[in-house]
Amino acid sequence: MGVINFEELFEAKLAKNEMIEPKDWMPDNYRKHLIRQISQHAHSEIVGMLPEGNWITRAPSLRSKLVLLAKVQDEGGHGLYLYTAAESLGTSRDEMLDALHTGKAKYSSIFNYPTLTWADVGAVGWLVDGAAIMNQVMLQRTSYGPYARAMVRICKEESFHQRQGYELMTHLAFGTPAQKEMAQDALNRWWYPTLMMFGPPDVESPNSENAIKWRIKRETNDQLRQRFVNQSMPQIDYLGLTVPDPNLKWNEEKQGFDFSEPNWAEFKNVIKGNGPCNKERLASRNKSHNEGAWVREAAMAFAKKQNENYQAA
Amino acid sequence: MNNDSQGPLWEVFLQKKAGQPFVHCGNLHAYDKEMALQNARDLYTRRNEGMSIWVVPSSAIVASSPEDMGSFFEPANDKIYRHPTFYQIPDGVGHM
Ligand SMILES: [Fe+2]
Ligand SMILES: [Fe+2]
Repeated sequence: MGVINFEELFEAKLAKNEMIEPKDWMPDNYRKHLIRQISQHAHSEIVGMLPEGNWITRAPSLRSKLVLLAKVQDEGGHGLYLYTAAESLGTSRDEMLDALHTGKAKYSSIFNYPTLTWADVGAVGWLVDGAAIMNQVMLQRTSYGPYARAMVRICKEESFHQRQGYELMTHLAFGTPAQKEMAQDALNRWWYPTLMMFGPPDVESPNSENAIKWRIKRETNDQLRQRFVNQSMPQIDYLGLTVPDPNLKWNEEKQGFDFSEPNWAEFKNVIKGNGPCNKERLASRNKSHNEGAWVREAAMAFAKKQNENYQAA
Repeated sequence: MNNDSQGPLWEVFLQKKAGQPFVHCGNLHAYDKEMALQNARDLYTRRNEGMSIWVVPSSAIVASSPEDMGSFFEPANDKIYRHPTFYQIPDGVGHM
């Protein structure tokens, strides 16, 4: 038997659309790319709980409060699935949390925008979760097994997130003129930040090439963004609302909508830490982590004591 | 980096319905058995995905390694006589 060429084995698996599992050999850069992407994804789920959590105590009815609680709880779960998927690549939970809390790690720039009115809760569920779903549906077939399996579970849970958001928007859009105006205002503010969620244009996306080569991603940022706009327009029309983009129009030739690019300078600035809520989000995460320290310490001490009693008995 | 960990890792197995096998569904951190079970319920069965849960410390799992996958499973490769299709059964004796 000859020497096994691990790199060839890895490439062959990718070519056959087989998944890579934690104990399989993989190139260092593939591992690094995944750790970065999955941990950022996990951080986004966790930080993403904050803008909506902000409205739980002010939800206008018991029904909407229950719905919002359930949604935010799901997002916490998504973060946990993803953290353990990243851990299977050799990083630790502590390391990742530390990177988040010190501001070293990134998360989706969308969560650095404020949720100013109740309509924002609808717009976030409908547009932000809608954009996330588009990305996550693609990632169900990503080449790393634990990541793909986490995505399958997440996608199942996500669909209610988008639907509850759109339902909320319909109530406002078909409500009083003031409510409709609130819905329009929310759409105006969330439209471009949502388009940014798919990442920079393909021509200047530094990580895309490898991600496609390794089948981590299967579609490019621009392809996903176009699909999102195409999918959203009938939903916006139904609500009787408009997008804040004078260039948006149907293009018969490409069978899709033409639309304006978001302001990429703003995107870069928010990623750098200068968005409207970056400092607030980071402070909230740190506060919650630090104030929970005694609970973790107590649980650890209790588990240790139980172990000792068990061994003594 | 601090030592403020989230407790050890546990593997979670769910049984969807009585009589069905337990299937691995993911993992989580918890400090002890009871917390592992409660966390598994909160994390993996929010929509009745299971009616029974096993949690196992990940450190207790022994796994085969992909490198020697070929040789490890090799003994089964040349034993076609372990499969029903290996045998000739005459027509007319009914389903067997
Ligand atoms: Fe999520
Ligand atoms: Fe969601």
